Amino acid sequence: MATNILMPTLSPTMEEGTLAKWLVKEGDEVRSGDVIAEIETDKATMEVEAVDEGRIAKLVVPAGTENVKVNSVIAVLAEEGESLATTPASQAPAAAAEAPQPVAAAVVAVPAAPKVEEEVKADPEIPTGTEFTTMTVREALRDAMAEEMRRDPGVFVMGEEVAQYHGAYKVTQGLLEEFGPVRVFDTPITEHGFAGLGVGASFAGLRPIVEFMTFNFAMQAMDQLINSAAKTRYMSGGQMGAPIVFRGPNGPAARVAAQHSQDYTSWYAHIPGLIVIAPYSAADAKGLLKAAIRDPNPVIFLENEILYGKSFDVPKLDDHVLPIGKARVLKEGTDVTIGSHSHGLVYCVEAAEKLAAEGINAEIVDLRTIRPLDIDTIVASVKKTNRLVTVEETWPVCGIGAEIAAQVQAKAFDWRDAPILRVTQKDVPMPYAANLEKLALPSAEEVVEAVKAVCYR
Amino acid sequence: MAPPKKNVANDTAQGNGAHAPPPLTRDQELKALRDMLLIRRFEEKAGQLYGMGAIGGFCHLYIGQEAVVVGILGAAKEGDQIVTGYRDHGHMLACGMDAKGVMAELTGRSGGYSRGKGGSMHMFSVEKRFYGGHGIVGAQVPIGTGLAFANKYRGNDHVSLTFFGDGAANQGQVYESFNMAELWRLPVIYVIENNQYAMGTAIARASAQTNLSKRGVSFNIPGEQVDGMDVRAVRAAAIKAMEWCRAGNGPYILEMMTYRYRGHSMSDPAKYRAKEEVNKMRQEHDPIEQVRHRMLEGGMTEDDLKEIDKEIRVTVNEAAEFAQSSPEPDPSELWTDVLATTDHTAVGA
Repeated sequence: MATNILMPTLSPTMEEGTLAKWLVKEGDEVRSGDVIAEIETDKATMEVEAVDEGRIAKLVVPAGTENVKVNSVIAVLAEEGESLATTPASQAPAAAAEAPQPVAAAVVAVPAAPKVEEEVKADPEIPTGTEFTTMTVREALRDAMAEEMRRDPGVFVMGEEVAQYHGAYKVTQGLLEEFGPVRVFDTPITEHGFAGLGVGASFAGLRPIVEFMTFNFAMQAMDQLINSAAKTRYMSGGQMGAPIVFRGPNGPAARVAAQHSQDYTSWYAHIPGLIVIAPYSAADAKGLLKAAIRDPNPVIFLENEILYGKSFDVPKLDDHVLPIGKARVLKEGTDVTIGSHSHGLVYCVEAAEKLAAEGINAEIVDLRTIRPLDIDTIVASVKKTNRLVTVEETWPVCGIGAEIAAQVQAKAFDWRDAPILRVTQKDVPMPYAANLEKLALPSAEEVVEAVKAVCYR
Repeated sequence: MAPPKKNVANDTAQGNGAHAPPPLTRDQELKALRDMLLIRRFEEKAGQLYGMGAIGGFCHLYIGQEAVVVGILGAAKEGDQIVTGYRDHGHMLACGMDAKGVMAELTGRSGGYSRGKGGSMHMFSVEKRFYGGHGIVGAQVPIGTGLAFANKYRGNDHVSLTFFGDGAANQGQVYESFNMAELWRLPVIYVIENNQYAMGTAIARASAQTNLSKRGVSFNIPGEQVDGMDVRAVRAAAIKAMEWCRAGNGPYILEMMTYRYRGHSMSDPAKYRAKEEVNKMRQEHDPIEQVRHRMLEGGMTEDDLKEIDKEIRVTVNEAAEFAQSSPEPDPSELWTDVLATTDHTAVGA
């Protein structure tokens, strides 16, 4: 009986990849464990092994094909003695019944860019006439660090797997090679200790960039972040402080459950003495990380694993630095303000498109910096639209939406035509099961529903 | 439950006289005496001011432990950094910070080192390379390791002098730091001030291995126990450790066997130990009396020593006067120094 070889999932967030190379050809005999192909994701090149023994009956997806969806059939394996002629993929039985047909479609289909993204308002901080180049958030972060390391010899990068492994999420790709092992080095898995070491180095005037593999692990280091990094400037009467950046992926990832999937934005936003940045686009990731590295204060820089591989236009500027503490109107609108940050914007952009189809023109505000919060930009937008929905992947209790709601009711009480609604992660630890995880997270549908509610539609 | 282990408080390296430490020169001895007396008189005054209500909150006195910081800093070079926990008044005075500024911080006045915003446990002096003053037990250990990292990164020969107590020696972050310090050969001396009690818990009731100089064994960090009541022994050990660090060999552990005469803080009557134990330490091992005794033997007179004490008392009285007359911080100070002054949108404004 023929066996389908499927496009493998190589990480929790992988949805598709490039089938870079076949290492076997049709007719070859393979045994379980033989390397048969190379797959490229946005993070790495991985080898695919045969899962069974037999003869390669058909290579369904040609080498070099991009955007191959995970779980689609890439090859068919025939059993010993089975005729090649009788085992085309289209005749593969049972579970494969749905496989071959969608495969072809998946391989060629390049998802159309959402319409709203084309409308996304140009950032007023970027000079008009600037040329843009397309890059992923991951590349933008790497470039930001590299540029700042070239500029200031006191800047260095430390953390688990940042050097030889190039970062668990490949954000520090190439930094070891360019800057060497004194300025890019791997730490033991001791968050409390190495966060404190970074703080000490910053007290001495260096500019550490401390990567947490994810912010879930930063809880081990919380005392150093809050008690040592955030408070020293105040406690020393302004004599000294911690010019340090703590960065890494924050927020829900995919299918990694409660301990590895959590948004800590409001934890840090609560602390005076910290700056908290949570960018959405690659341009903001680059411009704000550069600003964070130069800033004399401790900065919590919250990235998002799912956004790492997403591409955006990034200005081609020698020194693209954005101001900390400024929100951005991502899309102008007239009927409702949707305020969000980081991966929350993904839901907002999708929702805005659906709302447009129903005649509701939403304005989207990307907070970008959470502390200090640019409440003025939100208030100005609410004074225009008279309605507000906040969207975040944080839990609702004492979340960012709660803070925004409190400030907006105080500053724009008379301008509001409806209650402020919040779309958040549900108030439960992140479940593992796919369906429950989906329910726990915010969605574009929930944003649409909340907007309609405040628009009384 | 296993019976409590024997209390080692009376069974340490203190003054066993087996190996007399190398003598100090007359000038070194005199400086050590002055520095220790300043700490002693300062702390006594702080205790009085606390009793009068002029100092609030927590106040941890260093009385009894003076030889440790004075001996270590007596061997330090310009540029070496100092960081410690919350029993920090002695360290600040020993590294040359002004007694007025320290005392005014204790009283929460604008003339204090942190302009009244830090208090007893949180003071800093960039000028004197004193990096705090840290209120969380053990937190200064990775920080001190980071100071050492900066020395190595910059390629200078400065050493980070990282002080912590026997209580902090059980914190996990201490061992995370030991590991990195040895792994990267960082120039840091871990000075463990073993005063026998972590707050009210005798060392044997909290530590499986009470010989704290051995706590670096599994990291290959050399360590030794030192009579922390004898400033000569402390200084000699510090010189050796500093040579080790400056030669690029990595960290060194000095366990200072010492004793605090007062309670953990001002509110501690110290009922967990016998009065006799305290009296024995004061009478037989007092670090200041040891130096006084040697100076008298060396030809100084009681009157000479009284003169020194008088000068110190003047300094301390002036500090106390300043600390009570310096105005409280201006209310506007509430909002300053949260962030460095760059142009951020005000939070919640």
